Amino acid sequence: MTTIWMDQLSILLPAILNGVTTGAVYALVALGLTLIYGVLHIINFAHGSLLMVALYGVYFLYALVGIDPYLAFPIVVPAMFALGYGLQRYVIGRAGHGKDENIMLVTLGLSIIIENLALFFWTSNTRTINTSYGFSTVDFGVAFIAVPKVVAFVGAVVIAGLLWQFMQRTDLGKAIRALAKEPRGAQLVGISTAHVYAMSFGIGIACLGAAACLLLPTYYASPHIGQAFVLIAFTIVVLGGMGSFVGALLGGLIIGVTESLGGLFLGESLGKIGIFLIFIAVLLLRPTGLFGQRA
Amino acid sequence: MKTAAAILIVLAALLPMPWLVRSDFWLNFAIMALYYGFLGQSWNILGGFGGQFSFGHAAFFGTGAYTSAVLQLRLGIDPWLCLVLAGVLGGAVGALVGALSFRYGLRGSYFALVTLAFAEVFRILADSVEFTGAGVGLQIPLKQTAANFQFPAKAGFYFVILALTALGLAVAWWLKHSRLGARMVAVRENEDAARALGVDVFRTKVIAIALSGALMGLGGTFYVQYFLYIDPTIAYGPAVSVSALLVPIVGGLGTVFGPLLGAFALQFVNQFAQVAMGDAIGLNLVLYGVILVLMIMYMPNGLFGLAHVSARRLVRRAG
Amino acid sequence: MMLDVQDVSRSFGGLRAVAHVTFGVAEGEIAALIGPNGAGKTTLFSLISGFLHPDSGRIRFDGRDITGLEAHAIAALGLVRTFQITQPFGHLTVCENIAVGAHLRLRSRNAALSHAARIAERVGLGNRLDQPADSLTVAGRKRLELARALATAPRMLLLDEVMAGLNPREIDEIVPIIRAIRDGGVTVLLTEHVMRAVMQLSDRALVLNDGQLIAERAPRDIAQDPRVIEAYLGAGAARRVLEEPAHA
Repeated sequence: MTTIWMDQLSILLPAILNGVTTGAVYALVALGLTLIYGVLHIINFAHGSLLMVALYGVYFLYALVGIDPYLAFPIVVPAMFALGYGLQRYVIGRAGHGKDENIMLVTLGLSIIIENLALFFWTSNTRTINTSYGFSTVDFGVAFIAVPKVVAFVGAVVIAGLLWQFMQRTDLGKAIRALAKEPRGAQLVGISTAHVYAMSFGIGIACLGAAACLLLPTYYASPHIGQAFVLIAFTIVVLGGMGSFVGALLGGLIIGVTESLGGLFLGESLGKIGIFLIFIAVLLLRPTGLFGQRA
Repeated sequence: MKTAAAILIVLAALLPMPWLVRSDFWLNFAIMALYYGFLGQSWNILGGFGGQFSFGHAAFFGTGAYTSAVLQLRLGIDPWLCLVLAGVLGGAVGALVGALSFRYGLRGSYFALVTLAFAEVFRILADSVEFTGAGVGLQIPLKQTAANFQFPAKAGFYFVILALTALGLAVAWWLKHSRLGARMVAVRENEDAARALGVDVFRTKVIAIALSGALMGLGGTFYVQYFLYIDPTIAYGPAVSVSALLVPIVGGLGTVFGPLLGAFALQFVNQFAQVAMGDAIGLNLVLYGVILVLMIMYMPNGLFGLAHVSARRLVRRAG
Repeated sequence: MMLDVQDVSRSFGGLRAVAHVTFGVAEGEIAALIGPNGAGKTTLFSLISGFLHPDSGRIRFDGRDITGLEAHAIAALGLVRTFQITQPFGHLTVCENIAVGAHLRLRSRNAALSHAARIAERVGLGNRLDQPADSLTVAGRKRLELARALATAPRMLLLDEVMAGLNPREIDEIVPIIRAIRDGGVTVLLTEHVMRAVMQLSDRALVLNDGQLIAERAPRDIAQDPRVIEAYLGAGAARRVLEEPAHA
C-alpha cells in the first residue's frame, strides 16, 4: 500500500514542484496584466506578444552580445518599461476614445502587428539558449528541480515583493493607486492622468521584461507563443481577481500546477485544456475571482 | 425599400463576373473577397447589430468545417447536406456559447475573452482527437462534380459563394426591417432600457449568436470544399476570428453592405501588400493589424460609416 | 387595485433600502411617491418593475402576482417604468427609439414605426422623428422616455422623476401630457421632487423616508403633515414650521 502511495508521490511531487516554479513566472506575467487592468481598466490583448518581444530581447542579448539572461535585467526591464509607456501614451490612450470595445480592438491590433513583425524579422524558428547552469538541478529531497526553475521562482517572488513595496511606499505607487480608485479625484489633486496611466502600463510591461529574463533559460522564443500566454495570463488574472496582487500570485501558482498535472495525466496537448476550462468556469461562475472586487 | 433594391443591384452586378473576368487569378480574388465578406457578415450580425464583440468566432467556423469534413469522410454523407448540417451545428454551438455566457451576464471584454477561450478549447480538442485527424488534419479527396460540391472550374465556387453572400445580405436586410433586428439593436444600445420595454435581452442575444454561428458554420463548409483540407489551426485558430471581425470594422459595423465593402477593400490591400512586399510571411498580417488600429483610431464607423456621414453632411448643406 | 404592494422589503448588505412598504394604487389614479433623497423611491420602483427582487413581501399587478418576475415579463404585462437618468438608444433616431416600445405589441416594422410617429406627436416630439436620440436636450429625452414607455400600450406607468432637470416652462408643458395619458386609461405612479407637479397632477401622495412609508395623504395635506416635515427638514422642524406664523 505504502509503496504505491510513494510511487504516486514520486511522480506527482516533481510535477507539482515544477508547476509551482512555472506558476511563479506566470504569476509575474499576470501581475503586469492585473496592474494594467486594475488601474486602466483595459484588457491588454497585446500582453502575450509583448512578453514574446521581451523573450527575443533576452535571447538576442545572449546570442549576439553574450549577456546572461539573469544579468540582462538592467537592460531588458527598462527597455520594456519604455515600450509600454510609449504604447499607452501615444497609441492606446489616443485610440481608445474611452470605449471598452475600442481599446480591446486596439490592443488586439497591436498584438497582431507585434506578432507578425516578429514572424517577419525573426522567422518562426524557435530560439533557445544553452546556459552553463541550464541542466544543473537542485535536490529537494522529494524531487530534483532544474536550477533555472528555482531561480525563476525565487526571482518572481522577489520581484513581486519589490513591486508591492513600490506600490505601497513610493509617491508614484500611491498616485497609481489613487488613479485606479478615483480618476476624477486624482486629477483634482494634480495627478497627470495620461502620464500616470502610461507609467502604470509601462510598469506592467516591465514585469514582462523581468519574466522574460527568468523564463528564457527553460523556455524558448518564437513569434506565436504570445497567444498561449495571453490566455494563460488572463486565466490567472480572472481566477485571482482583476486588479488583485495576491490573486495574481495565487492564481499563477494554481494555474502552473494545473498545467503541470494536466500535462502529466492527459499529455502535452490535451493537458492545456484544463487551464481554459478553469478560465471558462471562473468567468461564468465567479467572474470576480478569488480576491477581486467587482465583476 | 432602397436597401432591397441596392442588394439586388449589387448581386446582379456580381453575377456575370465569371464571364467578365477571364483570369483564374482575379476570379479567385473575387471568390476570396466574397468569402471573407460572408464571414464578416456573420460576425456583423452578433458584433455590429447585436453589439457583442466576439474574439473567438473561429469556434463556429471550425465546427462547421469539421462537421462537413468528418461527415463526408467518415460517414459518406452528401456534401450539400453537410453544408446544411454545418450551419445547424454552427448555430447550435453558437447558442450554447451564448446561453452560457449571457446567462451569467458576460459583456464587453469578458465576453470576448470567453469566446477566445472556447475557440482555444475546441482547437485543443480537434488537435488531440483522432476523429478529427488530430494535428494532421483532414483532407477531402478530389472528385470534382457539382453533386459532390466540388467544381472543375472556379466559376462553380464563385456562384456558391455568391449565393451565400446573397443569404448574408438577405439576413442583414431582414434584421434592419424586423422586430428581432430592432430588438437586437436596442439591446446593443442600452440593455436596461430594452428590458424596460419588454425585450427579453437574454433570448435576443442568444438568437443573435446562434444566427451568427450558423452562418459561420456555412462559411466553414465553403472553406473545406474550396481548399479540400482542414486542420485545427485553420479551423479554430485566431486568423479566422480576426478576419471575421476586421472585415465589418473596416467596412462599417451594423450596416448591410459594410462587410462586403470591407472585404473587398482588405482583399485589395492584401493584393497590394503582396505585390509591394513580396511573399514575406507575416507582413500582410502586420498590415491588417495596422489597419485595425488606424480604423479604431480615426474611423470607428468604418468606410461605410464615413460614406454615411458624408451623405448626411451633403444633405444638411443642401436642405 | 391596479398595483398592490404588500410588505415589501429589500436590503443591500447591511443597508435597509426599503422596509415593509405596503400601499396600493387604484386603477386610473395618479399617485405620487415623494420623499427626501435616499428614501428608497427608485429602489422601490426597481422592485416593482422587476429590475430588483424583494427580499420579502409580494407585489400584485392587476390581480396577478408579479413578485420575482423578470423585468421584461412585467413590462409585457403592461407595467412599464421610465428611468430617472434617461436611457435613450443613443445612435437610433427618435422614431426608432419609440418603435422599440411599439414592437412589444406590434410585430411589423412598418406598423411599429407609424405607431411610434403617432406617439411622438402626443408627447410633442413629432418634429424630431429623424433626429438621433443622443442629440436631444434633457427635456426632449424625458419626453422620449415617456414616449417609449407609452408606445408599449401600458396599463400602468412608473415615472421616475420625469420632471427632473426641466425648467418651469417645460414642466408646464409636460404636466398636461401626463394628465392626458391618465385620461386615456393609464394608471400612473410617479416619483417627483418638483412639488408643483405633484400638486397639480396627483390624486394621492405617498411619502417615503428611510425606506419606510410614513404618510399617505391628499397632496394638499402633505405639507401640513408633521411626519413629512420632519422627514424633509429634520427632527424638531415640524413644531417650528407648524407653530410659527406663515410668511408670505
